[in-house]
Amino acid sequence: MSNLIKDNAIVADEWTRVTPPVLGEETVRKQAGKVVLFKLTGEETFTAEQIAATQIPEGKVLVPFTVWQANKDKLASRVAQGEVGLLIATHEAIEDVMAEVKDINAFALVAVYVERFADGRIFSIGNLLRTRYGFKNELRAIGDVLRDQLFFLKRSGFNSYLIRADRNAQEALHSLKDFSEPYQGAVDIAQPAWRRTNR
Amino acid sequence: MYKYDAIDQQLVNERVAQYRDQTNRYLAGELSEEEFRPLRLQNGLYIQRQAPMLRIAVPYGMLSSKQLRKLGAIAKRFDKGYGHFSTRQNLQLNWPKLEDVPEILAELATVEMHAIQTSGNCIRNITTDQFAGVAPDEVIDPRAMAEVMRQWSTFHPEFALLPRKFKIAVSGTEQDRAIVQAHDIGMEFYQDAKGQTAIKVWVGGGLGRTPILGTVIREHLEWQHALTYCEAIIRVYNLHGRRDNAYKARIKILVKALGIEEFKQQVEAEWLHLKDNPNTITQAELARVGQHFEAMPYENLPAHDASFDSAIASNPAFAAWVKRCVHAHKQAGYRAITLSLKPHGHAPGDITSEQMAVVADLADAYSFGELRASHEQNLILADVKLSDLFPLWEKARAAGLATPNIGLLTDIICCPGGDFCSLANAKSIPIAEAIQMQFDNLDYLHDIGDLELNISGCMNACGHHHVGHIGILGVDKDGSEWYQVTIGGKQGNDASIGSVIGPSFSAEEMPGVVQRLIEVYIQERTAEERFIDTVRRIGVPPFKAHVYASKETSNV
Ligand code: HEM
Ligand code: SF4
Repeated sequence: MSNLIKDNAIVADEWTRVTPPVLGEETVRKQAGKVVLFKLTGEETFTAEQIAATQIPEGKVLVPFTVWQANKDKLASRVAQGEVGLLIATHEAIEDVMAEVKDINAFALVAVYVERFADGRIFSIGNLLRTRYGFKNELRAIGDVLRDQLFFLKRSGFNSYLIRADRNAQEALHSLKDFSEPYQGAVDIAQPAWRRTNR
Repeated sequence: MYKYDAIDQQLVNERVAQYRDQTNRYLAGELSEEEFRPLRLQNGLYIQRQAPMLRIAVPYGMLSSKQLRKLGAIAKRFDKGYGHFSTRQNLQLNWPKLEDVPEILAELATVEMHAIQTSGNCIRNITTDQFAGVAPDEVIDPRAMAEVMRQWSTFHPEFALLPRKFKIAVSGTEQDRAIVQAHDIGMEFYQDAKGQTAIKVWVGGGLGRTPILGTVIREHLEWQHALTYCEAIIRVYNLHGRRDNAYKARIKILVKALGIEEFKQQVEAEWLHLKDNPNTITQAELARVGQHFEAMPYENLPAHDASFDSAIASNPAFAAWVKRCVHAHKQAGYRAITLSLKPHGHAPGDITSEQMAVVADLADAYSFGELRASHEQNLILADVKLSDLFPLWEKARAAGLATPNIGLLTDIICCPGGDFCSLANAKSIPIAEAIQMQFDNLDYLHDIGDLELNISGCMNACGHHHVGHIGILGVDKDGSEWYQVTIGGKQGNDASIGSVIGPSFSAEEMPGVVQRLIEVYIQERTAEERFIDTVRRIGVPPFKAHVYASKETSNV
């Protein structure tokens, strides 16, 4: 059974996630250093060789940002047909991604990958995609996505959630409704409680 | 004080249900230890040496008598009959059972309380001056804004999982009593040239392993923008703060690494987008919340009261208490008083269920049914008539709540330390008790005068040792417990971080070390000087020389 929640229901996942192949033993991880001093270090990143060796299958594909970047021209017609989703990792600076992407709404799907539950950058990234960059299509959270993030993800602009494979998506659905009247304005409900109701 | 409406109540009720479900999933093995951890932490539940520790939120330190009675009943039913007031104006229970916590939360919800975001990497309880609303030097009562900020920060979706914990303090007085400079964000309210409420915003303060005082990021912010400006600051931090190393994850490290100019520029750029969004506070909303903090229905009283004056003249013990525990008030004929939770020889900040009931009764009888917790770990009755001070004192004294040591050496600020905390290098409570016993002579204590002594059991600095006039830090040397001593730290507008006087000491040496520091002060002080002033004037060396000289002779 599918572990994908879209809006308020469990649906089949039509998208194939593209992952660069592992070449050799070593995975490259982000290094702590001047340039990346403030980024989470230790996340997996892809080498140029890995990116070059990546196979992109037919059908609807979810492509990591760096892979899309390297295959931009080749993928352009498939993007236009709504067959390409863009996969951003939380350690990729959203402003750098957006500098490359001319029209974010050309993508039928944007997914944000979170490696660890505790990585709350995903919320700011979702918020920025919706409010700053005007993304209107499906925004999906993938990776270490568990039910206890869902309420916050929804409020940060996500509308689909791929629950981690070992968890029950049906149960996770409940958490979208954890709180009925949130205090502050956010992406889903822009007005704070005191502007929505007469308190 | 603020009273919940239907929205507030529904939210805490839903929180109880949510947390009950999370606990059940954990107990059923559906959530791993690691996955349950951030969930229970967001709810103030630590797993400690003895048992779990539950931290209950006391927003900006305000409590009603009804709430305090409930806390006392909870401590009795679910714990060992006492609680501990912390340096962040919260109440901690040291011995609850993990499976009882949902029930405790349900009980708390009946008196408009909760444990939301009292720990974990999120925006924590917003703290302020314990004399808010009654202090004569107050320019703006910060409590309405603190409440607006509390609501905004509660389950703020974007900031639910920050790199590290995030603490905000607000203050509206000339003399800062909220240590705004030691917080991730400090907001200092003032009246600007146009007579409007404005905010001076500090950022990047924090104690812990790397003590850093905050820097001003904005001199003037109109109050309407308090929330959106915080959103800009916290968004920059959320995206760029380090997440690879918990010790380098606080916002202060980011601010230091980028430099305040660069950080400010990033925040201001972010704010351009956020400014005027719907979270911008309206006059109507501030007024709605503000009506809960209007002045109490004070009587029109003369500035003096004959019965009070004669009690002072005839009763030296009462006079000593008045000198230390009674504070000036905006309203003629009224005073604020501090109930000391620092009786000599007891764990600082601890209070029994019975004492909580007594304090609740005192609040009902003498102070409009409200009280406050201070970050110095004492309780305050903020609105007491002069003529009520004497009967109040008698009852407080009978309950062990009238030690006249507020602001004195034995009003020690102390973390739970090695007796309770699994991160500790050393015990802290027994050190506090030993020092209190060393200085048990009240006349001597009063002669020493204003002095802040802070103790932390490790460099996480829960006892704020860096800003103590005398700071004591537990350190680990080859597996045994030692104590490092700093002097010259200070909170307030002219905050400073203390300097280490030299190699550390054993537990037995500590009362003697403090004694030696005091001897130097007594010897060197001028008539007007407090301990901290003398340290600032003559520097560390004379203190160091005397403390270590004695050490050598005693070793021979
Ligand atoms: C017994 C359980 C406790 C544990 C495990 C604990 C843990 C910690 C840790 C790890 C930090 C440092 C975080 C950092 O700097 O990033 C910290 C800071 C702090 N804790 Fe605790 N703590 C405990 C109890 C308390 C109590 C009882 C108080 C109040 C009396 C308290 C007040 C504080 C304060 C004020 C800070 C902030 C220092 C700063 O600004 O960095 N903690 N605590
Ligand atoms: S300062 Fe250290 S020992 Fe004391 S409570 Fe905090 S973490 Fe524990």
